[in-house]
Amino acid sequence: MAALTASPRARVSAEVEGDVLVVALAGTWEITEPRPSWTEVLGARNPDRIRLRVDAVEKWDSSLLLFLFGAQQWCRMTGAYCDTDALPEKIRLLLVQLTASHETSVPFDRSVNFLVTVGLATQDVLVKAREISRFVGECVLSAIRLVRSPHRFRWRDCLFEMQQCGAMALPIVGLISFLVGVTLAYTGALVLRQYGGDIFVADLIGLAMVREMGAMMTGVVLAGRTGAAFAATLGNMKANEEIDALETLGIPAVNFLVLPRLLALGVMMPLLALYSNALGILGGMAVSKGLLSISPTAYWVEMQTIVSLSDIAVGVIKAVSFGLIVGLAGCLRGLQAERSAAGVGRAATSAVVTAILFIIVADAVFAVLFNIVGL
Amino acid sequence: MTAPAATPVPAIEARSLTCGYDGQAVLRDISFAVRPGEIFFVIGGSGCGKSTLLRSLIGITPPLAGEVRFGGQTFSDHDPVARRALLQTFGVLYQGGALWSSLTLRQNVALPLEEYTALAEGEIRELVALKLAQVGLTGFEDYYPAEISGGMKKRAGLARALALDPAIVFLDEPSAGLDPITSRRLDDLVRQIRDMFGTTLVVVSHELASIFSIADRVVMLDRGAQGIIAEGAPKELARNSRDPRVTEFLTRGDLLPQ
Repeated sequence: MAALTASPRARVSAEVEGDVLVVALAGTWEITEPRPSWTEVLGARNPDRIRLRVDAVEKWDSSLLLFLFGAQQWCRMTGAYCDTDALPEKIRLLLVQLTASHETSVPFDRSVNFLVTVGLATQDVLVKAREISRFVGECVLSAIRLVRSPHRFRWRDCLFEMQQCGAMALPIVGLISFLVGVTLAYTGALVLRQYGGDIFVADLIGLAMVREMGAMMTGVVLAGRTGAAFAATLGNMKANEEIDALETLGIPAVNFLVLPRLLALGVMMPLLALYSNALGILGGMAVSKGLLSISPTAYWVEMQTIVSLSDIAVGVIKAVSFGLIVGLAGCLRGLQAERSAAGVGRAATSAVVTAILFIIVADAVFAVLFNIVGL
Repeated sequence: MTAPAATPVPAIEARSLTCGYDGQAVLRDISFAVRPGEIFFVIGGSGCGKSTLLRSLIGITPPLAGEVRFGGQTFSDHDPVARRALLQTFGVLYQGGALWSSLTLRQNVALPLEEYTALAEGEIRELVALKLAQVGLTGFEDYYPAEISGGMKKRAGLARALALDPAIVFLDEPSAGLDPITSRRLDDLVRQIRDMFGTTLVVVSHELASIFSIADRVVMLDRGAQGIIAEGAPKELARNSRDPRVTEFLTRGDLLPQ
């Protein structure tokens, strides 16, 4: 009898008795340890009958089952007879279960026809468009309700959100805006110095920050900071059935959860944008002083020759719109979230992407509109 | 899965365990021993510290004092490699199943096998199918957790806990939130696992039906006492305990032992 073994713990020996190959297992068979393979045990032999024995096995788990199952499957394929009578009842029962699960476990086909996929995607776009329209409509109705009966509005929640999305965002908005001002000053200086027009850096930065970058950068920062937080909070509330609880009490989620957030962003965004403008101009001023030797007074006076109040108004109008976009995207994605941890994560990501996309689109639309009205 | 052998070493032994959070003790001086192959229940009312004790037993929240020994070994004796080896010896079914939502049931059960064994992909597939069949989830291998019911999640969680054929399985409130029939089936499954594989099962529960139907022994925790107030076979405790807290808990709802 030759001991065929892959592990000192799990051992197998195979011996021919007449026309039967007796396969005797011994030792300790554990799933985390290596075990002998059936083909190794079989070698070049091709028996008509095999008998499986486990008398000398001290300890076993699924590792032993897998070996026995391999032997059984080989017999099934070659037509050999597999004698399992010597196996304990428990092991025989588990082998039956393993065979049954092997035969009944059929991979679930999730693939779908191309045309069906296109159709479903189209349908999905239409459904989402309808959902967005309905959501915006509900927000408008809710805003009308707020104007009619302001005493019923949740001012406390709104103030809390203002603090969260406004005051708490000052450091990050300030830092980013200052650095944007610095970057613009360096980039502008590269060109303007060649023509001796260093002083016009002040015009470039002033106009860029006030009309575009202040509102845009604040919008992008708040999309990542506040929009994602709105989506995650509302998504989590949906997963915990808190939104359902509101609806069953007859309290629309839009009134209770969305409007305070929208109002908070709508109010705080223009203030943050003005703050961003100031910090951006300050960044440009610092570079102008250091790199181009333009005094802060000259910088300020030059900037005032081109930046008018209407430019500031343009920035503020954009900021209000971007704030509403960030709030709407965050709340909508949160309310649309699937009821799972992964769904909440997807909602937060989607809120940021949606908000930034619509901010860019809105900015382009504003550019055309302001051009038409001459602002 | 081993032939029953008389061994003096308990499968789990808690020695003067003090458990809690942030230095605040919830349970004090807890000592008990779980015999190999036993279905052992930790019972008690809501907020008495059952889940806290379970978290200390499985090493998630280290005890504030005392130690837990698994067949003579303990977490604190070990380096990270040995700790990993010790963790392989037990499986845990969490209250909600705690399935990984981004993975299918097949992938959930396969993950421990992929991490801890050198099995081929085909072998893992066979074993996963077996484990899921044992908990009655054949045909649901490729479903995601979000697509199945609460009871099915628990059964899938149990299949994952059993993936590495652990010697000890901990179950946290396995019947909570399930209908009586599903709950009964889960109890039967727990008993079957013990009878078939000799697995030691530690169950945290306050479901009287489960306690009387499958528990060999119980320890009862009490919030006020911050510790164990009774230990023994549930039916005996219900009949003979002189502690009104124990009899009140075990006989409430007309579920007197037959």
